[in-house]
Amino acid sequence: MARKDRRRFLTGFVAASAATAITPPLARGQEEVAQNTRPPSALPPGAHTAAAETQTPGELAPNRIGGVPGSDFMVDVIKTLGIKYCPANCASSYRGIHESLINYGGNKMPEFLTCMHEESAVAMGHGYFKISGKPLMTLCHGTVGLQHASMAIYNAWCDRVPMIVVGGNDLDAATRPPSVPTFHAAQDINALVRDFTKWDDTPVSLQHFAQSMVRAYKIAMTPPYGPVMISLDAGLQQEPVKTHGGDKLYIPRYVPTAPPAGDGGAVKEAAKLLAEAQNPVIVADRMARTPNGLKLLVQLAEALQARVVDQGSRTNFPRTHYLSAPPSAVSGADVIMGLELADFWNVVNSWTDNGEHGVGRNSSRIKQGTKLISINASDLITKSNYQDFQRFQVIDVQMAADAEATLPALIEAVKSAIPAAKRSAITQRGEAAKKAHADDHARTRQAAALAWDASPISTARLCMETYNAVKGLDWSIVSQSGNVSNWLTRLWPIEQHHHWLGRSGGYGVGYGAPASVGAALANRDLGRFSVNIQADGDLMYAPGVLWTAAKHKIPQLAVMHNNRGYHQEVMHVQRLANFRSRASNYGGDLGPVGTRIENPDIEYHKLAESMGWWARGPIKEASQLASALREAVKVVQSGTPALVNVWTQPR
Amino acid sequence: MRLRLIAFTLIGLVAAPALAADAAKGKSAFMKNGCWQCHGELGQGGAAGKTLAPKPMPFEAFNVFVRNSNGQMPPYPKEILSDADLADIHAYLQSIPAAKDYKSIPLLSQ
Repeated sequence: MARKDRRRFLTGFVAASAATAITPPLARGQEEVAQNTRPPSALPPGAHTAAAETQTPGELAPNRIGGVPGSDFMVDVIKTLGIKYCPANCASSYRGIHESLINYGGNKMPEFLTCMHEESAVAMGHGYFKISGKPLMTLCHGTVGLQHASMAIYNAWCDRVPMIVVGGNDLDAATRPPSVPTFHAAQDINALVRDFTKWDDTPVSLQHFAQSMVRAYKIAMTPPYGPVMISLDAGLQQEPVKTHGGDKLYIPRYVPTAPPAGDGGAVKEAAKLLAEAQNPVIVADRMARTPNGLKLLVQLAEALQARVVDQGSRTNFPRTHYLSAPPSAVSGADVIMGLELADFWNVVNSWTDNGEHGVGRNSSRIKQGTKLISINASDLITKSNYQDFQRFQVIDVQMAADAEATLPALIEAVKSAIPAAKRSAITQRGEAAKKAHADDHARTRQAAALAWDASPISTARLCMETYNAVKGLDWSIVSQSGNVSNWLTRLWPIEQHHHWLGRSGGYGVGYGAPASVGAALANRDLGRFSVNIQADGDLMYAPGVLWTAAKHKIPQLAVMHNNRGYHQEVMHVQRLANFRSRASNYGGDLGPVGTRIENPDIEYHKLAESMGWWARGPIKEASQLASALREAVKVVQSGTPALVNVWTQPR
Repeated sequence: MRLRLIAFTLIGLVAAPALAADAAKGKSAFMKNGCWQCHGELGQGGAAGKTLAPKPMPFEAFNVFVRNSNGQMPPYPKEILSDADLADIHAYLQSIPAAKDYKSIPLLSQ
């Protein structure tokens, strides 16, 4: 098949293979037969690779390597997985596959996106997944690049987001280039991230790579999701394709694994507790993996008329629903069910950093005797070193299972378990929840009215002026870095899964800007409008991602929450100074030395403009904000990213 | 609990703020001592700190809390925040006008 024709053929092939069964690249006659038969468990390689296996080097297109590059076969494998983009920062250790992707692969599926930092590339994939539900792959130098990427990989791990990280590495000490490439080589690059990836491998042959890549995708995409790592030898990328022990190369077919659902007995026990409770409360963190998860949680909550606390790592529950409740709702509960909670202990306990001798103080948030239920797939992948499993909490009914996959059975079990005599009380509970929700709504808005005309601008005003500018559009808050006192989730009518994507997971600063670009990329392809409340400190970790957004025409409205400081850290220093009866040294700024980003003030609008964005600012008066936002929205709708630099109150 | 008891016992012992308490100086002290970082420049509060204004708590209770807090806010001893500065800060908080009714703000009443 001519190369050009084959590319067209591959495009159709990959498009058809997005999620479930893959149609292998069979000849026409074979396709007709295949329609009536079970799909094969393995795919033959593309025609290009097949030719390399069956023809002598002299019959192939002349080149210096004497055959088809191994990395061309790797591209064949990657294309079967339907990965749309590959955000990456270029590096010599993956030059083989880089060249194959953009030339042999036509720079499509995946399209290479030029990134200026590996942490940005990984975080883009993080944000992209939260909108699209599909993972991206990234390439990096196996040592220095992976070290840059590692913080973002940790965020993805903590946030249960799949990601395929491929690190180039030149293993053969006898043949690899000396000097810099040898500084950039290691025995086992994957060791760096093994503690916070689900799986890793170092393929030593092309057939091994095919198995590893498909396995990596499958593991990453089996709940609980998570990042995976493949070390890719530079020699393997560059060597010509050979048969594997006399067998032809093949590509294993990707078949999704069903998520683990809760044990039937435990589901019944949980349903009984919930159905018979006086005041059950549901707390959800990463429960809604998909938009369907949100719908299921509404069904469960309404069946019980139970209030739901959405901790907000995803949109688990509509904020406008009368059963949506603040975190304090747990205090009156007799049964609490946690769904994919990152930290159950902290839901039912509190810790105050103000105890005797500088040691924090614990206290309970709930009534004694409250029964606790947990459904959490993270229990299946707990590792030892990094402490993201949090404090130990005793649970009465605990299911190591995926909550979204368990909810259909739980809903049915709850409906069956509700005693007829309880129905009236459950209805009354719903009426009380309606009143509590209405009261909370009014209280929240009155709190937002405080400092409404302040300069610098209040964070509540910032959020509502932004909402007013986009409210008629199909909007999506792609990121909120820094801390705006949760006004977005308290004031915006967040009702759909894509309205709010949650946070970084590992609280590694620097997630916001790149994740917003990745999510905006997915939204661009869906025709949605992306909004990012962008913190100043977060942006300065790797501002080069602004250029990536402009370069690849990824529009978003970034509204700076520019409070000119690392406010999370201010109070840590102040607290210790107070405990030690020492006046904190502000060094001429408005906070302890080392916590402020002022003198000089950073001109974020100029920074953005220099990298191809439309930008305005600094805006310090609330009265000037609306017009700048209106103008910015029009620019974003034309396809250009826009940034409005707003000076804000601290939080 | 012990701290709280001490705190409330002390309320009766602490003098009311000096009549000379100055709101303008109080704003300066509010900024200089980092109060604004958690409570906002107008004492509006937020995720990190409670609302202080308008209508701050009476000075006596305010003073006891600031000196003896066992909550999220660390106590501020006299060595780093003088009585005079604290009185001025309270005067500043008292000077902050009430917020509008949210129903009169179009962006909040929609």
